[in-house]
Formats: sequence, C-alpha cells, structure tokens
Amino acid sequence: MSVSRRQLLKGAVASAPLFALAACGSKAGQAGGGSAGLSAWALTGGPEQVFKDTFAAWNSANPDHKFTVQYFANDSYKQKIRTSVGSGNGPTLIYSWAGGTLKDYVASKDVVDLTDKIPNLTKRVIPSVLDVGKVDGKVYAVPINNSQPVLFYYNKLLFKQAGVQVPTTFGQLLSAVRTFKAKGILPIALAGQSQWPELMWIEYLVDRIGGPEPFKKVFEQTKGAWSDPAFSKAFEKLKQLIDAGAFGNRFGSVVADNNADAALVYTNKAAMLLQGSWVYTTFTGDAAAWVKQGNLGWFDFPTVEGGVGDKSDVYGNPSNYFSVSAKASKQNQDQAAKFLDTYNLNDKACKELIDMGLVPAVQNIEGQLAASKDKDFLEYTYTMTQNAKSFQLSWDQALSDSQAQTLLTKLSQFFLGQATGAQYIAAMNGTIK
Amino acid sequence: MPGSTLAPPAAPGERSAASVTSHVSGRRGPSLWMLVPAMAFFAFFGLVPLLGTVVLSFFTWNGLGTPSFAGLDNWTTVLQRSATYHALWLTILMCAATFVVQFPISLLLGVFMAGRQRYRAVFSVLYFLPLLFSATAIGIAFKNLLDPNFGLSSALHLGVLQQDWLGSPGLAFWVVILVVSWCFIPFHSLLYQAGARQIPQTMYEAAQLDGAGRVRCFFSITLPQLKYTIVTSTTLMVVGTLTSFDLIYVMTNGGPGDATRILPVDMYLQGFQSNQMGLASVIAAILIALGLTFSLVLNRLSGSDRMESQMEGM
Repeated sequence: MSVSRRQLLKGAVASAPLFALAACGSKAGQAGGGSAGLSAWALTGGPEQVFKDTFAAWNSANPDHKFTVQYFANDSYKQKIRTSVGSGNGPTLIYSWAGGTLKDYVASKDVVDLTDKIPNLTKRVIPSVLDVGKVDGKVYAVPINNSQPVLFYYNKLLFKQAGVQVPTTFGQLLSAVRTFKAKGILPIALAGQSQWPELMWIEYLVDRIGGPEPFKKVFEQTKGAWSDPAFSKAFEKLKQLIDAGAFGNRFGSVVADNNADAALVYTNKAAMLLQGSWVYTTFTGDAAAWVKQGNLGWFDFPTVEGGVGDKSDVYGNPSNYFSVSAKASKQNQDQAAKFLDTYNLNDKACKELIDMGLVPAVQNIEGQLAASKDKDFLEYTYTMTQNAKSFQLSWDQALSDSQAQTLLTKLSQFFLGQATGAQYIAAMNGTIK
Repeated sequence: MPGSTLAPPAAPGERSAASVTSHVSGRRGPSLWMLVPAMAFFAFFGLVPLLGTVVLSFFTWNGLGTPSFAGLDNWTTVLQRSATYHALWLTILMCAATFVVQFPISLLLGVFMAGRQRYRAVFSVLYFLPLLFSATAIGIAFKNLLDPNFGLSSALHLGVLQQDWLGSPGLAFWVVILVVSWCFIPFHSLLYQAGARQIPQTMYEAAQLDGAGRVRCFFSITLPQLKYTIVTSTTLMVVGTLTSFDLIYVMTNGGPGDATRILPVDMYLQGFQSNQMGLASVIAAILIALGLTFSLVLNRLSGSDRMESQMEGM
C-alpha cells in the first residue's frame, strides 16, 4: 500500500528527533556535576583565553582530576545555567555575578560553603570584592577575573572645542550638558534600549546623595526601603539632566551590546559616556587611532551638592564569580576548591589579564600595572577599586531576577517620560514582600 | 488508491469489482494503527507540555529547587496586573493591524503573481526573498538600518528619516508591525498566488464575454473563489501574530518601556528573565486559549469547517 509506506516513512523521520533527544540527555548527564569528572562553564569573549590557559595548566598538573570546560555566550549562558543547576545537571564550577542569583542558589542549597577551603585565595583578592561573594557572612562564590567599575569616559577633543572642564560636581555636569547642547553636540551617550546603562545613573546619584545605606536596606528587603529620601532626590536630579537634554532624544534605540554608545563618543558625536571599565577595550579596539591621538579621557562620577555619599564609592561588577556545586561528589568539591585556591587568579593568570587591558580583582599588582601599555587607565581603575569605601554590585544583579525586571522596565519608562520618580518608587516598594 | 497495489494486475472490469468487495468486507483504507506514531508524537510534544504548562500555572517556581503549590495565586496576580491588560491590548491591536496591512497587499501581490507573464515570475522571486531570511537576521538588520545615529537616516540626510524609529514609544509599535508585515507578506502572497491559479480560466472567459472588466472580474470571481485561501491566510496571520516573538525580542525586547511588550514577549520575560515560571505559565495558558478561540471562531464564521466547493460541478 503506497499510503502505508509513506506513513511508515513519516514515522521513521518523526522518530529521528527522539534519538537525538536521547543523545542529548546522555550528554547533559555527562556534563552534570554528579559522580562524573570535574566540569566548569564560563563565558566566551573577554578573558576567555585566560580561563582556557588556567584550566589547561591545572589539567596538565592534575591528570587524574581534569576539568572539562564549556564556553557560552552571555545571554544563552544566563538561561542555561539556571535550568541546569535547578535540575541538578549543573557543572562543578558555576559561573555567576553573585548577588541575587547567588542568594537563590544558597537558599536552595545548590552551592557549598567555601569559607575555610580557600586560605590562599583569600589573601590574594581585594577584600571588598570577596565580600560580594558572601551570603550571611560565609563565602559561597569567589572572584575569578577582573574588576569592572563604572566610570565616566569623555571625548577630550569635544571638551576642548567647547571649552568645558571635567565636571566634579553635579552642578558642573549640568552646566557642561547645557554648553554641549547649545553647540549641537550630544552631551551624554546612553544605550537606552539595553536599559541597564540607565541604572548606572540612578545608582550613582543615590549613592552620592545618601551613601550606600539606602540601597543596603533595599538589598535586605526592608519594607518601604525605596521611600528613603535619597531615591526621590536622585530622581529629581536625573529629571533635571533629562530635561536639559543630556541624553538627547534618540537614546531609546541605542544598544550597549554592540557598543553603539561608545561609538557615539569616538565618532565625535557625543561628549561623555557613563559605562563600565569593560568599554575601554572597545575604545582601544574599535578606535585605536582616535585613542592614540589622546582623545579619550575618564573621570569619577561627580559629587552632588549637599549629598553625604563618599566620592570614592564605586558601582559596577566587582568581578565574576565561581561557586562550587553542592551536587558534585565530595571528592570533586574538594578538587574544585583546591583549583580555586591555587590556580584561580594566580600570578600567571593575573599577568595575562593585565596584558589584555583588564585589572584582576587582586591586591599588590601596582608594579605589574605600571609596566602595561594601558597603564594610565589600568592604574586609574585599580586605584578606584582599591580605594573604594564601598564597591557595590549593580542593582539588577544584586536583586532577585523578578525585581530586576521591574527595576529596569520602570526605569526605562522614567527616562522616556512615561513614569515619574514617585511612580517608580511606589512600584519598587511593591516588589518587597 | 483503493485496494492493494501489490495485487496482481487485473482486467479493468474485474478490478473495480474487486475494490468494491474489499470495501464491503470492512477494510477501508489503511489501518488505524498507522496513526499511532503521529498521535504519540502529538501527545508527547503537544499535549504533555500543554498540560505541564497548565499544571505549572498553579505552582510557584523560580527554576531552582522544587516548585511549591500556590493555588490560584499566580492567576490572581496575572489577572490583577495592569501590565497583563496592556500586553493583551497590544497583542489584539497587533493582530488587527498586521491583518489590515498584510491582507490587501498580499492578496493583490498574490493575484498579480498568479499571472503567467515572464516578468511577473521575476518579480515573484524578488518578493519571495524575505521569506528566506531568518527572523533574527531580519531583526538585527532592521535594528541597524533604523538606528537613529548610524543607520539609514544618518546616511541619507533626509529630514523625515531622522526619527528614533525603534526608540520612541509612539513609533516603535507601528515600526515593528511594518517589519513583521514585510517578513510575512511574501508567504501570504504565495498562498494567494496558488489560490488564484486554481481558479479555472473558463470563468474569466465567460465573464469577459458578458462584458465584465478587470475590476469586476476581481471582485466577482477572484475574491469569492479565494474565500478559503483568505480564511487560511487570516488564521495563520492572527495566530502567527499571537505567538510572534522572535522579531520583537530581537528588535525591541518589548521596549521602549513596555511599548511593544505583547503577551508572548511578556511571557518570555516573566519566565526566563524574571524566573517566575508560574506567572509565565498563566500567560501561556491565556495565549493558548486566545489562539484556539480565534482559529475556531474564524473557521466557524467562514463556514470553512464544511469545506464545500464553490464551483459548480466540482
């Protein structure tokens, strides 16, 4: 029967995905942190090569306890890791940004307490950066790469043309904005579509106005924490900037992932940019000639008149972190901790990071930084990280994922003029249960 | 084909007699067991996840640990959230708008392409192109073209183009609809082309003899004859828009603010960025209900569940 043969064929074709699925299943099992070998997941790009070299060095020294390492793109990693850890198939070493996600991991007992297992690493890394990996005073995640403070970049050429000085107070920033606006230059580049760059503004303003305390209460989920006057004042200041045309009216479709905001600065279209230290390599990579001409400058977030926040306070990503999976065997957990203690951020890894133009989250590297070709920038951000009275994790990383969503969506509405500061504060208070 | 092709060839008369007896003896067509693989697949990949979604909508789960029973909490949260109604409104608006934009254009293009002139064949190939690109590639390409600082507007220096197409809340929604339409008009044109080519030429010849012009022919013959094609294409448009996600996610990620946050995008953001699987499941269940209702209603309204032919003697 011709019909039946076609049906049979359909059945065979249709069952092919089943086999593929079965194959997938076994593969996921291998990657799991069960009784199998050691595994780690990390991100592509950035310091990927440093991870590769460090793991290779460990593997050749410990042939019986080799790591299998897989590298993922940022967004796909964030989605994959949660399902994998949740289903008990996560890797031995779990890469993260600490903060709210780490809290969730600890709450569901997915990661182990490392406090007493990493004596050497504890001595190497910067204490304020290590603190971010702690939950209830115990270390659950350790720094593994570079510190990423947020700072101002500026276009020296445009500053010179407009006769503007580097602003050190909010008032000066505002008048600089007005000067640039009058000259038809976009004062500040902002990647509004990505939303998280908008967060840097409110983070720094709240800090400069009220210090780190107001957000600490939010982080601890105190009821009504967003009603602290520092938040409403910060929104007032931000509104002044937006109304003065600081970000222009076309920020809504600028995307940070393809560095369109940095491009505005090095194509001499915008004068300033508030972004993470990771953007520096974009400038030196995409606009090498422009940087060489000495057009790139940087400065700290200005103080706000009457504010109590310390000028040295820093926001950003203190580092990325590795946690050890609680689902791994006891032996694998110990080996993973040993790797973190001895190979992670050791001298060789640090040197490689510095050569790439990144500042590792470790102490006593002034000498190495001074020898780097990017020494001006590296020393600046290193000092910034070292001297920070508080190095705070970006709010979207610090809070739970569902709060972070409201935080970002509402903020982008504020920037677009669709929501007021009061509405924002009410909405955020509503997320604290 | 009735009977078995494996049977030895028989004389024409005998053959039809044999097929009649085989029908009478009760074996009509292939065995129902043949359906088992398809049904098993439908159950495994269609029904089980569907049920799973409904079950999950009664649980609180952040993707880690074990889900905990939440009763109707998720449902009340979603139904009390103003964002849900905003998303629902945008979804319905988008369904209507994509239909209004796509239907006339793809109908006209399809009928035009049905003509057998050679230049039309060349055009058809060109119209067909957008269908070959992946949605993500189209999204990224348009995002860059529409970029206010480095896109088309800055290249062409035209005042009208100096807009923040995807960045201003008032514009973004309509721009997205135009891009979605650009993507899917070729597909629907193809349906109409095939439909129009099925219409017997004799009908047009008869009408022309009666003195009907082109326009009259279009409204009196082409359009009524395309009825079922219109139903199919409209159903695909509406249900497709209900689940359209990829292009919007790539181009605006639901933004600016929540200007393009239609239900599927809202569901994704709730589930995979907020990690509130329970809430996302509720939204998914609402979407399933909406999609089923729409396609059932469309089928009923048009009477195409009866699927009779409109041509006399066919």
